[in-house]
Amino acid sequence: MTAWKKPEENRILGKRLPRLDAAIKVTGQAKYTYDINLPGLLYGRLISSPHAAATIKSIDTSVAEKMPGVKAVIMTAKPGDTVRFHGQELGALCAASSDLAEDALRAIKIEYQVLPHVVTEEAAMKPGAPQVLPDTPNVFGASVDDKGDVAAAFKDAAATVEGRYYMAVRTHACLETHGVTIRWDDDSHITCWASTQGVTGVQSDLQRTFNLPGENVKVITEVMGGGFGSKFGLGYEGRLCAQLAKQTKAPVKMMLTRAEDQLSAGNAPSAIGEVKMAADKEGKITAIEGRVYSSGGVGFGGVPFPYIYNNFGNIPNVKVRREQIKMNTSGARAWRAPGHPQGSWIMECALEDLAVKIGMDPLQMRIKNDGNKIRQKQWLEGAKLIGWERRNEKPGVGTLAGTGRFRRGIGCAASIWGGGGGGAGSECRVMIHKDGRVWVGIGVQDIGTGARTITRMIVAEELGLPMNAVQESIGKSELGPAAGSGGSQTSASISPVIKTAAEAAKSQLLEIVAAKKNLNVNDLDLLDGNVVVKSDASKNIAFKDACALMDKESLTGNGKFDRSLVQAGVAGAQFLEVEVDVLTGCVKVLKAVNVQDGGVILNPLTMESQMNGGVIQGLSTGLYEDRHMCSITGRMLNPNLEEYKIPGTKEMPEFIPMIYTYPEAKGVSGIAESTNIPTAPAIRNAILNATGAHVNEAPMTPARVLTALAEARKRGTNV
Amino acid sequence: MNDERDDLLDQPIDILQTDAEGNVSRRDFLKGVGGGLASASVLAQGVTTLPVEALAESPAQGVKGKRISGMTQVTLNVNGKERAVEVEPRTTLLNTLRDKLDLTGAKKICDRGSCGGCTVMVDGKTVYSCMMLALDAVGKKITTVEGIGTPENLSPVQKAFIEHDALMCGFCTPGFVVSCTALLDKIPNPTLDDVKEACSGNICRCGTYPRVFEAAIAAAKLKGGA
Repeated sequence: MTAWKKPEENRILGKRLPRLDAAIKVTGQAKYTYDINLPGLLYGRLISSPHAAATIKSIDTSVAEKMPGVKAVIMTAKPGDTVRFHGQELGALCAASSDLAEDALRAIKIEYQVLPHVVTEEAAMKPGAPQVLPDTPNVFGASVDDKGDVAAAFKDAAATVEGRYYMAVRTHACLETHGVTIRWDDDSHITCWASTQGVTGVQSDLQRTFNLPGENVKVITEVMGGGFGSKFGLGYEGRLCAQLAKQTKAPVKMMLTRAEDQLSAGNAPSAIGEVKMAADKEGKITAIEGRVYSSGGVGFGGVPFPYIYNNFGNIPNVKVRREQIKMNTSGARAWRAPGHPQGSWIMECALEDLAVKIGMDPLQMRIKNDGNKIRQKQWLEGAKLIGWERRNEKPGVGTLAGTGRFRRGIGCAASIWGGGGGGAGSECRVMIHKDGRVWVGIGVQDIGTGARTITRMIVAEELGLPMNAVQESIGKSELGPAAGSGGSQTSASISPVIKTAAEAAKSQLLEIVAAKKNLNVNDLDLLDGNVVVKSDASKNIAFKDACALMDKESLTGNGKFDRSLVQAGVAGAQFLEVEVDVLTGCVKVLKAVNVQDGGVILNPLTMESQMNGGVIQGLSTGLYEDRHMCSITGRMLNPNLEEYKIPGTKEMPEFIPMIYTYPEAKGVSGIAESTNIPTAPAIRNAILNATGAHVNEAPMTPARVLTALAEARKRGTNV
Repeated sequence: MNDERDDLLDQPIDILQTDAEGNVSRRDFLKGVGGGLASASVLAQGVTTLPVEALAESPAQGVKGKRISGMTQVTLNVNGKERAVEVEPRTTLLNTLRDKLDLTGAKKICDRGSCGGCTVMVDGKTVYSCMMLALDAVGKKITTVEGIGTPENLSPVQKAFIEHDALMCGFCTPGFVVSCTALLDKIPNPTLDDVKEACSGNICRCGTYPRVFEAAIAAAKLKGGA
């Protein structure tokens, strides 16, 4: 059993320290997987399907194989195989330059028998629609909640709303695309640089695929350019690259192009919620009835619903059916808080509509239905920060809205993340050398969250040293297995093993000092670069001098996962202020208040960056991102970054992140996913507050906003 | 010399070739321009072609130029140094920097001028290096993020980025550093709107924008902006 020090006792933890890998990143020295150059490097390219559904009739790689610089062509698909989405992998080739690889790609001749496809939820659900997969109906995977008596509850309700809420498919759009650089050092040894969220996972995949012992497979990820849930495992691109490298006996770099990445490297499922919700006159939700559909393409993607406000089972009547829909589009992968932005969208939009119908302050209604004690306080903090009292009392009617072309409003929504408490499975070693050097090694990757920095911070804190007295090594499989960066698990998975490894090293050093200097080991501590003798400060020894007492060259502390250092579950609340241009339907987000708790806070500087990042992705979800499929060709129309819209500098609001702390926090907990969940519905509710328009489809494009404004006018709102 | 490629280039070529995604590549477009003549480029200083040149006149424009084919040796001025590289006429400046000169600061993110990850400076102006051919960069001063500063010798912009945590995964960061550096060269005391405008061609996915803004304004003060 161990514990974090009280925040006021920390020298290093809890401080706003800059990232340790910042210097190499801002100077372009950081080497990402995409940047690895090796002697004799070959450039790999994916061969993929241009059709959403087709049978392969013939494949001819003979021309490509003979083209200048082409070293290998590997087909994994064969005649007779069925392809099921635009972008599906069929094989790969490699050549001496990326230009020559592109030439060869165009010379691959594949003949297809094109088949009917479905690429929209509506088309896939129609009776008689072409079945996407041979062994699964297009609508599948039903799960049902059935509690109480919704019919009776609706009869007795003070108010009821009914609505259809929709959220589009989104892609991860990581700036570094998916890929690996692989070199077979000999027939049974592989070095693999991977753009991955899980070094250990890539290592196991390579081990398994090629039947090699773990120590023969070296995976390296010192930095990587974004994952957001899509980069776990070797992937089909990694497997193909490894095969190319094996066959050519040369190092091969295979990174997906932007189009390929958008097409086949993951996405977040769409969601449709047809929901009826009722409340009593005090604003307590009494009943929810609904059908929720979500589509993960050829894969899977469930959406949690009801969301948050039923977490304590407090809604007495629930009748909900959740189902999934197959489409001829690439399979979904975990996307930052998988399913939650969708579930939050449906729930928070419906709840807001119900609050409006009752004529109740939507914040008060949320507080009334929220069983989470921490969020009860966060609601109040956030309300203060945004100035909740400024909001329009009725949708579209108030000083904030005004009556002109540009109307302002404020909305809010809740966030939750039940996980983030980490898990066992990461190893860590802390070594103290006789010459005073301190080293910590852990295999974990830093995907941009600051894992490298907190690794050193924890050791420096434990050993009472300044940051520059500790050297960390991370992101390499040879350092031992480590947690994948998913589920907001990283900080909570690694911080206990780092801390306990440092504690073990500390205890060994203090034993040595006690023995050599004839002191009581319980009287010793490490603080401010010294071994301190608590009962007699005159006997203090400088850390370096203490190390010199060692007989051996070094000592090693090994870490263990300790649950007492972590906690699972964080909560948050976001308040957004928007300005709606009622002439064009364009929405500008003015202010974003984000109240987020994180248990024991390790580095507030990097935590706030994560919080801002979550809001930006949530904003993007609410206003911009949309994967457009062409019903006729079955292809994605915007597999790029100019028509798949991600916000830029001019879409940014003022950010007001607030790290919510409370004295009872005992453990570290991950926050990244929580922060991107409620932003989209909070914006939608702000638009409703500003204009009286119910925009129920995300992204809330100008066209959709204008349509909703027209409907509001029909209902008599002066907008 | 690559006679096989000459043969290919002399054959009639569809002016518009589309790839599997239905995209017209700029490389195919260039091959088609001039009705079958490949990338007729006017030779600039510092470009030496390997043997087999042909003086060609484009029927459409009556422009005289030397035809360059296949691998071509050029000298590029990068971060103050003359660097010799072999490129094809169609090789982008981005690919040249990354693949031939191991200057991997500029990133390949979209490779089609939509995201700013490949931003470098050419004669002091920011340019998407994925949208510039290496041949067109001959005779110009190219500055990449590596030329702006090193970990041992950080520029004010780079220092400010570190201090204000204006980065997370870091993949977009070189592009932003170059854009902010070019901004401060032009406007020593920028407003927030100036910063947003200067960086409006740079996309970030992790969400560093607000801190990039802070860093740019702080860097202006560090440099002692007027």
